[in-house]
Amino acid sequence: MIGADLTTALPEIVLALFAMAMLMVGVYGGKDKLAEPILYATAALMVMLALYSGTQSLEPLTAFNGTYLKDGFAQFAKMLILVSAAVVLVMGKSVMIETGLLKFEYPILIALSVVGMMLMVSAGDLIVLYMGLELQSLALYVVATMNRDSSRSTEAGLKYFILGALASGLLLYGASLTYGYAGTTVFAGILSTISEDGMSVGLLMGLAFMLAGLAFKVSAVPFHMWTPDVYEGAPTPVTAFFATAPKVAAMALIARLVHDAFGTVPGDWSQIVALLAAASMFVGAIAAIGQRDIKRLMAYSSISHMGFALVGLAAGTAQGVQGMLVYMAIYVTMNIGVFAFILTMRRDGKAVTDISELNQLSKAEPLRALALLVLMFSLAGVPPLVGFFGKFYVLWAAVDAGLTWLAVAGVIASVIGAFYYLRIVFYMYFGAESEPLDTVRAPVQATLLVACAMIMVLGVINLFGIDGMAALAADALVR
Amino acid sequence: MGIADITFYAFAVTLLGAGFLVTISRNMVHSVLWLILAFLSAAGLFVLLGAEFMAMLLIIVYVGAVAVLFLFVVMMLDIDFASLRSEMARYFPIAAIIGVVLLLQMAMLFGAWSSSEQAMGLRQAPTPDVAEVHNTKALGMIIYDQYFLVFQVSGLILLVAMVGAIVLTLRHRKDVKRQNVISQMHRDPAKAMELKDVKSGQGLS
Repeated sequence: MIGADLTTALPEIVLALFAMAMLMVGVYGGKDKLAEPILYATAALMVMLALYSGTQSLEPLTAFNGTYLKDGFAQFAKMLILVSAAVVLVMGKSVMIETGLLKFEYPILIALSVVGMMLMVSAGDLIVLYMGLELQSLALYVVATMNRDSSRSTEAGLKYFILGALASGLLLYGASLTYGYAGTTVFAGILSTISEDGMSVGLLMGLAFMLAGLAFKVSAVPFHMWTPDVYEGAPTPVTAFFATAPKVAAMALIARLVHDAFGTVPGDWSQIVALLAAASMFVGAIAAIGQRDIKRLMAYSSISHMGFALVGLAAGTAQGVQGMLVYMAIYVTMNIGVFAFILTMRRDGKAVTDISELNQLSKAEPLRALALLVLMFSLAGVPPLVGFFGKFYVLWAAVDAGLTWLAVAGVIASVIGAFYYLRIVFYMYFGAESEPLDTVRAPVQATLLVACAMIMVLGVINLFGIDGMAALAADALVR
Repeated sequence: MGIADITFYAFAVTLLGAGFLVTISRNMVHSVLWLILAFLSAAGLFVLLGAEFMAMLLIIVYVGAVAVLFLFVVMMLDIDFASLRSEMARYFPIAAIIGVVLLLQMAMLFGAWSSSEQAMGLRQAPTPDVAEVHNTKALGMIIYDQYFLVFQVSGLILLVAMVGAIVLTLRHRKDVKRQNVISQMHRDPAKAMELKDVKSGQGLS
């Protein structure tokens, strides 16, 4: 019995045990001298676990009395989380060393937060959902504060922690209301209660509170206030991590909750999600216009992108979930590319983040500028590039589900948002004459930047088959 | 009204009163003391429910450890709560309005509250019958068996909290002399000491 359960949850167990073993190695071994090998080992293990998750059979399994689910949806989300976390770890390594922040605890905390994320996407119970979320968040609060001698970084960590605790409170209150009504915390049990007795006021309130708590984690408007400050204050490699894997996990968690526990009443949550989506798209697009700091700008960009992903979810169909998953995969790839660039932004050897520093980059380094141009066009959703297909999938799902107003709002928001992406391109190609940024020798970041840009161009052929996989995953979730 | 009812109301009223005083006490130390009273009354309520183990746990862990730790922290931290309060007073009116509105909404919500018919049964499903299994065993079966996964994950969360606290606060100081047991034991008296035969009337050269 327990043996089968443990086999089902093998990836989480392996990663958690690995993190604890590395903690021992780090403490009793060479301390921070071992940080680099530990980081590479963590990244390698994550890639292996992603391959393992990807090659498992798609047959749905439950473990630990139905509190843990393993299905195509969880496997897709896990692959995305693991690969992006591994890539971001390796990508940020050189900058962490430069800034003297590479402690051996860093990769271990990231690994533990990834364990939390994997549990989030596999949760089949409100308690597991909360535990996974807390494990993930707690590790992230710490890595946000990693640069403890900088007041910016500590402010970011503290802000994130306090607001995160508030969001957890909302989530727990909603969960307790749900439990009070349904009498069980298992998703399947909640679903069967609803189908027998219908949706009551208490359950609706519980759902609304839980969605509010989770909206904080994906930084959807109006729960987005923390995002720009945390993105700006945290060390850049950590910011890159914030923008990728945790977003995928939280988005997958919302999809899991609304479909597994409230799947029979899509009308009740779809309106909440649609409102969050519309507000996020517009606030993200409009507020980013005034930003000069590229990290803050990426924060608003991520708010807007989360809005688009939520559009797919608001549709409440398998097609919508597929669109959301495809969108998240594309979003993560674009963000890795852009952060690979931000990590190499240097002037006179110092890291800079102001967008006017990009002036005339195309003259000094045509390849880097071109790659960033492709990524910016893709983020804006300009047609021939992959970013456009992401938006196309979610908006199409919304139209098919009868949410035409939301799709129209999405198109308008993406046109507004295009302004600030294109402004960066403008600075690079037609900006005022000034000394361009330093030429940095950073092979890992340069490779990732170019690779992500190439994916944005070459992906138009068949999206590397990601849409087919996402469709399988969505079918596993929406039955 | 039987003796059990009277005891229940006595504990419940004390609990609510003490909880209220925790929040309004001017002196933080008094707040913690009221908190201890609240814990004790809650433990009494648990005994009335037949959950003796939970009651003892509440007293040992919360009163014995957590509250005392709180007391230490409150006494050690030199925080001027009066100035914090004055800052808070500026936002008090709007906070009060929001609070009252939320409270009214909750009241409306609970007016229309109806629990699912099977909720009671579902809620009791994981717990075995009290007559058959004593409550320590029932608790153990739920925590270590039914919710094994969650129990392990909470352990991981505590690990992260500990690692985080160390990462964020530990500073390795170079100017501190540390005890190195190995080097102490390997100290060789023959090398560490040099015996000099000093003739009287002469100093060491």
